[in-house]
Amino acid sequence: MAKVLMKGNEAIGEAGIRAGGLCYFCYPITPQSEVAEYLSRRMPDVGGSFLQAESEVAVSNMLYGAAGAGVRAWTTSSSPGISLMMEGLSYIAAAELPAVLINIVRCGPGLGGILPSQCDYFQAVKGGGHGDYRCMVLAPSSVQEAVDLIPLAFDRADRYRNPVIVIGDGMIGQMMEPVEFKEHKFPPLPPKDWATTGCKGRKRNVVNSLYLDPIEEEKLNMKLVAKYEQMKREEVRYEEYNTDKPYQALLVAYGTTARICKTAIQQLVLEGITVALLRPITLFPFPEKKIQELARQAEWLMSVEMSTGQMVEDVRLAVGHDRPVYFFGRTGGVVPTPEEIRDAVKKHLTGKGV
Amino acid sequence: MQIEAVLAGFGGQGVMLAGKILAQTGMMLGKEVVWLPSYGPEMRGGTANCTVIISDEPIASPIIPHPRDAFVMNRPSLEKFVPMMRPGGVAVINTSLITVKPERDDVKVVNVTANKIAMEVGSAKSSNMVMLGAYVGATDVVPFDALMKEAKKAFQKKAKLASINIKCLEQGYKLGQAARAGH
Repeated sequence: MAKVLMKGNEAIGEAGIRAGGLCYFCYPITPQSEVAEYLSRRMPDVGGSFLQAESEVAVSNMLYGAAGAGVRAWTTSSSPGISLMMEGLSYIAAAELPAVLINIVRCGPGLGGILPSQCDYFQAVKGGGHGDYRCMVLAPSSVQEAVDLIPLAFDRADRYRNPVIVIGDGMIGQMMEPVEFKEHKFPPLPPKDWATTGCKGRKRNVVNSLYLDPIEEEKLNMKLVAKYEQMKREEVRYEEYNTDKPYQALLVAYGTTARICKTAIQQLVLEGITVALLRPITLFPFPEKKIQELARQAEWLMSVEMSTGQMVEDVRLAVGHDRPVYFFGRTGGVVPTPEEIRDAVKKHLTGKGV
Repeated sequence: MQIEAVLAGFGGQGVMLAGKILAQTGMMLGKEVVWLPSYGPEMRGGTANCTVIISDEPIASPIIPHPRDAFVMNRPSLEKFVPMMRPGGVAVINTSLITVKPERDDVKVVNVTANKIAMEVGSAKSSNMVMLGAYVGATDVVPFDALMKEAKKAFQKKAKLASINIKCLEQGYKLGQAARAGH
């Protein structure tokens, strides 16, 4: 198929439809309202359901209900809206239901602003809602990658019966890039024989997350852990940049920030400074083994984020005390420039940073 | 080879559309492109800008603090973006609305009375197309025939404006070419 020039938010909407996400609930919020705008136009054409709910709390419970009935349900929102969905998300995780949430992150905390940020890393990766659960988290760094990861998100949500979050900063939603909607083939999925589709002629299915018996609740928790462990074994995704030649330092960055790091690395090469980049594509499961392996060849590492330092904690957990792990970040909607990242690298190379 | 241009003006002057046509042209030529709007809280009549990147290689950073070229349609845009340009770039300036001169002697300045030309052709609304034509004429960032093809596609549903827009693109292109040749 030919490439088309599309805004990230609109491409996300189209990718969701093509992945079979025909049940979409939303509540508008900048910088991702174009997804809803696009789908409000497109959904009737494909026989899907577009529903603008009364609030994000309602959205997450509609997702819970639709997912429980066995349909591919999804939503898109941005930081404060996603916060309001956390209760529902926890229930969805507990009830082992598939759902896809896309967070086009804006700066915070609080109502914050509408500009790009990566300040929701903790929320996405460490659970977000109450209780002991994890979501698979996918972090595209281009419009094309967003379009490619959405079918994967729907497939893995169904396969693991677990919510999947796609996290992009405002840039991913707002910029236009050429995209191609490719055919994605996945192995067949098991039937949704747990779904509440009407019990005539069979035993009734129950979607629930209440376990008053501690042994039963612990059993559920252990079952969830087993899924997360399987994700850690089978789903880790990342991109390596400049790791095929010797490097002095290793940057770790995801999303738009990783692209800015690449330009910084290109500038450093001109000065004879060799730096590599590891870009996690899955934030959960985190590519910790790969980081450990790549860290051995580096004098130090630096996590570059549009936050005050969140992913850096996971990078530090991965490398332990083997290597220093520094941090460089801009927040509040300020996007770091390649020059700032370059200078931050140089500071540490001369030992004047730390 | 990577070329970046920032296109800036008042909201409503059509810089976003001009940028989209430029990016679309780059994409149809098989290049890597990014169209990045400034987004943020704005008031009606406030400033608008977008950055277009056209490259032979995959585009790393979509954030360009120092674009090579600038295409400015009003004075606030000139004051904001021309100082950010890299030396050797091309600045296309709408002198219908901008009466000050840029304080740069290391960039090539192309002066275009975009509003005046567009009004003579038939609609002041098409001043963005005069600017786009002049920019392409002065830089050859994309072949003019490829640009025309995408512009015609973009305006195909608006037959009345289409011919004015196309004429404006042509007039602008001629001015850009003349400036390039040093006339």
